[in-house]
Amino acid sequence: MSAVILHGRTVVPGVAEGEALVSHEPISGWGGIDPARGVIIERRHELYGVCFTGKILVFPSAKGSSGWAGFFQTTRLTGTAPIGMVIGRISAKSALGAVVTRVPAITDLDADPCEVIDTGDWLLLDNSTVEVTKR
Amino acid sequence: MFLTDAEKAMRDGAEGPAVAAAMDLLLRYGAALDASRLCDIRNVAGTMTQPSPVKARLVKEHGWDKAFAVINLDSDGDFEVPPMAVPTCQLQHGFGADALGIVPYPKENIELQADGEAFYGRHGVNILATCTPYQVGNLPMRGEHCAWMESSAVIYANSVLGARTNCEGIASTGAASLTGKIPCWGNHLDANRSGTHLVDVRVRVDNFQDWGMLGYFAGGVAGEDHPVITGSIGQPDLTDLKHFGAAAATSGGVELYHIPGITPEMPTVEAAFGGAPLPSPAVYGPAERRAVYETLNEIGTSADVDFVLLGCPHASVDQMRRAAAALDGRRLSASTELWIMAPRALKDVADRSGYTEVIQRAGGRVLADSCPAMSRAAPAGTRVFATDSAKQAHYLPAILGIEAWFGTLEECVDAAVTGRWNGGLS
Repeated sequence: MSAVILHGRTVVPGVAEGEALVSHEPISGWGGIDPARGVIIERRHELYGVCFTGKILVFPSAKGSSGWAGFFQTTRLTGTAPIGMVIGRISAKSALGAVVTRVPAITDLDADPCEVIDTGDWLLLDNSTVEVTKR
Repeated sequence: MFLTDAEKAMRDGAEGPAVAAAMDLLLRYGAALDASRLCDIRNVAGTMTQPSPVKARLVKEHGWDKAFAVINLDSDGDFEVPPMAVPTCQLQHGFGADALGIVPYPKENIELQADGEAFYGRHGVNILATCTPYQVGNLPMRGEHCAWMESSAVIYANSVLGARTNCEGIASTGAASLTGKIPCWGNHLDANRSGTHLVDVRVRVDNFQDWGMLGYFAGGVAGEDHPVITGSIGQPDLTDLKHFGAAAATSGGVELYHIPGITPEMPTVEAAFGGAPLPSPAVYGPAERRAVYETLNEIGTSADVDFVLLGCPHASVDQMRRAAAALDGRRLSASTELWIMAPRALKDVADRSGYTEVIQRAGGRVLADSCPAMSRAAPAGTRVFATDSAKQAHYLPAILGIEAWFGTLEECVDAAVTGRWNGGLS
């Protein structure tokens, strides 16, 4: 399979390689994830019950409570964090969230990452680029 | 990011290791946002005392200074926390000792928090202990740059007060409290405060429930952007816009809206869009209103209500007065509990005004400091709850795994008295 390379802006510098977990809907932190298990718990969410631990989380934006970053920081402290973030549109919540999760993160891509990337695709997130290998 | 000489000195340790760690976090965060500089702030609303398993472990093993470093500054350093550099308040947190025996909530959390309050009080943190600091004396001025958490407070500060804050987090408010700085990005900048979506209200919105539903709709329309509300609306009060904003920040990520003629910053719809052509409006009519109502009630199947929750965001004095009036001379169903969440300072007013006594005589409770969502605590055995808050109807089913009914204060009180949900959209 040929790879597609997306270009964007570095949010948190670094390199991460792994499987994509794509959400087409914004993600809530507080009330949206259980940091003890690394699972999305918002009942109305397309990824309800899905675990993001060890995945590169691809999502359009952060929504909801200002506890967003604190909850994702807790995933780092409890070992349930994603290994990278591809963020469609940055906000204070997701920027701080990526910083305190301390995982490579990218935004402002030259194509909509939630359309180009599918769950299960293999990603190489390298600072300001994402190499997408279709599963 | 541009730094002043004073900011560079803080980064380099001139004011000690804690301030340097705070600047380091602000620099990482500013870079993540692509902010061009920091701005000066003198009003921080954050959370430091809220118990959590991670905090309990850090405090037990290393003390409060370490817990602040890790959680509130995202730092691995070891240092003492200096006094807050700028006025800083604690938002809502866990329950206090007066909730013992009422709320099923771990005693260890109450003790940890009491310990935390003492630590942070010594460092100059004002323990307001509410999600509505603007109800109890923290009222930023129009145009004032702040660093606030709590999505419902952020949207109120930006929209109703015309202050300027992004929806900050635990680490950014912690860093702001020691530096008086926050990235000058997003809502701090004139260019980012215009409206983006027009909501044309075509069904009369003139009470607390309808303001909440309109907020839930506006958040769904605008997402993280800035809805401008026009059309068939009555004069809202603090309580209505508290509900509207909390709902808009829940269904979307709205941090700023304008209601020309009501909120202070944009006097007309044209001004709200900065002179740009108006976007085509999202119409909020009877069908949209019903759709919001049904969404908020879609988790409810059983009409047997175990628990009624009022006061999200924390109740105003007027909401407690109205709840007391609705409960006066009645008695809760033996199978149902009713809690009203309020800022402690306003609970004191309700106590002195006799409202608390009326509510308690009926079997209800007025509780301060926290809420069931924040503390993950409801009456034992709760399967179905009812609330007048769109925000709680949205969140609590996910947080506690229970069913939700959303209605008016009066419908909620009726449910508490009869044990049955009989609400419906009028």
